[in-house]
Amino acid sequence: MPRPRAAVAVLAVLVAAGCTTDKPAATTPSAAPAASAQGSGTGAQSKFFVQADFDAQLGMRSQTPEGPANKPWEQAIAPKMIDTAQYKKDGPYHLCFSNAAVNNPWRQVGWKTMQAEVSLHEEIGKFTALDAEGKDDKQISDIAELQAKGCDALIVSPNTTATLTPAVAAACGKVPVIVFDRGVETDCPVTFIKPIGGYAFGADAAEFLAEKVPEGGKVLALRILPGVDVLETRWSAAKVVFDRSRLQVVGVEFTDGDAARTKSIVSDYIQRHGTIDGVWMDAGATAVAAVEAFEDAGLRVPPINGEDQQDFLQKWKDAGLTAVAPTYPTYQWRTPVIAALKILKGEEVPGTWNLPQPKVTSETLPAYLKPNMPPLHYALCGCEDLPGFPESWGGKKG
Amino acid sequence: MRRALPILAVLVVLLAAIAIANPFILEPAGFLAFLKRAAPLVVLAAGQYFVVVSGEFDLSVGSLVTAEVVIAARLIDGDESATWPVLALLIVAGLLAGLVNGVLTTKLRVPSFIVTLGMLLVLSGAVFLWTGGAPRGALSEGFREFGRGGLGPVPWSVLILLVTGAAAIWLMRADFGRTLMATGDNERAAALSGVRVDRVKIFAFMLSGLSAAVAAILLGGFAGVSAQAGQGLEFSAITAVVLGGVVLGGGRGSVLAAMAGAVTLEALFTLLNLYGISGALEFTVQGVIIIAAVAAGAIRLPRKPTPRRGDAHAAS
Repeated sequence: MPRPRAAVAVLAVLVAAGCTTDKPAATTPSAAPAASAQGSGTGAQSKFFVQADFDAQLGMRSQTPEGPANKPWEQAIAPKMIDTAQYKKDGPYHLCFSNAAVNNPWRQVGWKTMQAEVSLHEEIGKFTALDAEGKDDKQISDIAELQAKGCDALIVSPNTTATLTPAVAAACGKVPVIVFDRGVETDCPVTFIKPIGGYAFGADAAEFLAEKVPEGGKVLALRILPGVDVLETRWSAAKVVFDRSRLQVVGVEFTDGDAARTKSIVSDYIQRHGTIDGVWMDAGATAVAAVEAFEDAGLRVPPINGEDQQDFLQKWKDAGLTAVAPTYPTYQWRTPVIAALKILKGEEVPGTWNLPQPKVTSETLPAYLKPNMPPLHYALCGCEDLPGFPESWGGKKG
Repeated sequence: MRRALPILAVLVVLLAAIAIANPFILEPAGFLAFLKRAAPLVVLAAGQYFVVVSGEFDLSVGSLVTAEVVIAARLIDGDESATWPVLALLIVAGLLAGLVNGVLTTKLRVPSFIVTLGMLLVLSGAVFLWTGGAPRGALSEGFREFGRGGLGPVPWSVLILLVTGAAAIWLMRADFGRTLMATGDNERAAALSGVRVDRVKIFAFMLSGLSAAVAAILLGGFAGVSAQAGQGLEFSAITAVVLGGVVLGGGRGSVLAAMAGAVTLEALFTLLNLYGISGALEFTVQGVIIIAAVAAGAIRLPRKPTPRRGDAHAAS
């Protein structure tokens, strides 16, 4: 049997290599107990962390937004209004939208919400949308293509911040531009619409754990991927909170947003530490898998955060979880359409339109849980009053 | 059994290494939990083994798993009574996908690498088109039981794993196994001696499709609906088979070793995770294993003057 033996030799070398060369890396997250004397096991701060933005976002959480209380997508926190008289023109209007992608449930819900918002306004004569399918190069050519279509206003949801900046800057000279979700590195758009942001999301979840988990409790932090700005802000805010707390972060792991991997990682940690006293997540998509890992191990589910997706909210209610769900509301997809119309009518809009970013708590859970909606629906869609609800969003009339 | 010994030795070493960091794996409950996690990959590796040993590849299993999980969720939509019909449908769909792969490979003479790569792309594109990236519906509790629950302390997935393993070993000892091995070793000689080569290969692809269906049931049960359920599994399955000492190109290797290779790969991933090494490295590890194992096999060839009597290509 020469060949299997050769394979064994190769594998042995591999294992040996794995054990020697990667040892230093191994000491960062999983050797947290040793390091916990001085730190909380959260590792080095992200290079994406900006203290001023962090402070600003945390401050915005307690500010009362201006605008109609029952329409958070029209509200703005501490708005600095901008005069738009120069863009005023008569309808009907041709609105254009360059969309980064519709490749995840969050964008699916948002995109349907935006289309429904457009259908509300008779003054929109034409709505042209191009989907960049998650590719920067396609979005750059999409934006150029839309400029040739005679748009009265251009809405952009950038795929990435830096790469799309020149394309957006070029479009600013021709039409009023509205940017939302991720930003761009130029202030040429008339308005930039976003919820408070990632720092607030991460801090909301981490503060909840700091409050609910007993002192010295072991917290597992689950992240999707490293190096994505919108996710890095969430984690870096949580890190700041955990570093100040008396919690012990026993692990910071990447799940790739994969439910099976999440469940395996949580099971591993439960085995290794006997129990885990709290779970922090940078996104809610795999929160149910994390909860199930505790259930399958026959343990009580510790305090955990998810997001406003129906499957998590349902699990929260059914299992009586101690949980919180910070949100990155999908209702922000309504705002760009409203903003575009305001601009074209010459009405003032905020230069940076900070939308409120509520969190779902055990008190507000019943209001957000809608059993007739599909499991990956986002509760804060602000879409309940829109035409086609709930069927267009995959829900059943109930 | 003899041929599975080297990989079993590696497995024991890895398990010992895991036990040093996490002694829980030595307890029955810990070991069963580990096997439960490995079960989908082991089943897939058994299916992949049949295809590889016949001299072909099946790259479509990963996206087939994803497609089946997403379809199951959409069709069941939380309705308990739909569980069994949908389970049956998944099995049929898996066999059907294998049948298509097999027929295209054998009758149209398209290399299996291309056929199954095409199937991978078709299925993942279709899943994306159908779901738009956001799967709808939900799996029923009954469906999830296979991946989550168990018979007393023994998880269902471990029982399914044992049944699959026994069936695979039995198949390889039956006439089918001998003709499959002969086909992979030397297709022309096998055909000349009366083996219906095409039929044997088609059956191998169908077994691979079936294993993908079973893996989908286990994975969907374990973790629930996800549009990434089967991502990368085709490579994990091929790596596992190669790790078990099965020769790419066909004709050599045992199914037990292939399944042991899958358990070993899972153990290696567990070990990497235990030592805090990012999951992103898993692909790197798999790539190194595939290249190294094939290279190791090739280096050995010149030393033995007639390692493969009557190689199909040499003979033609």
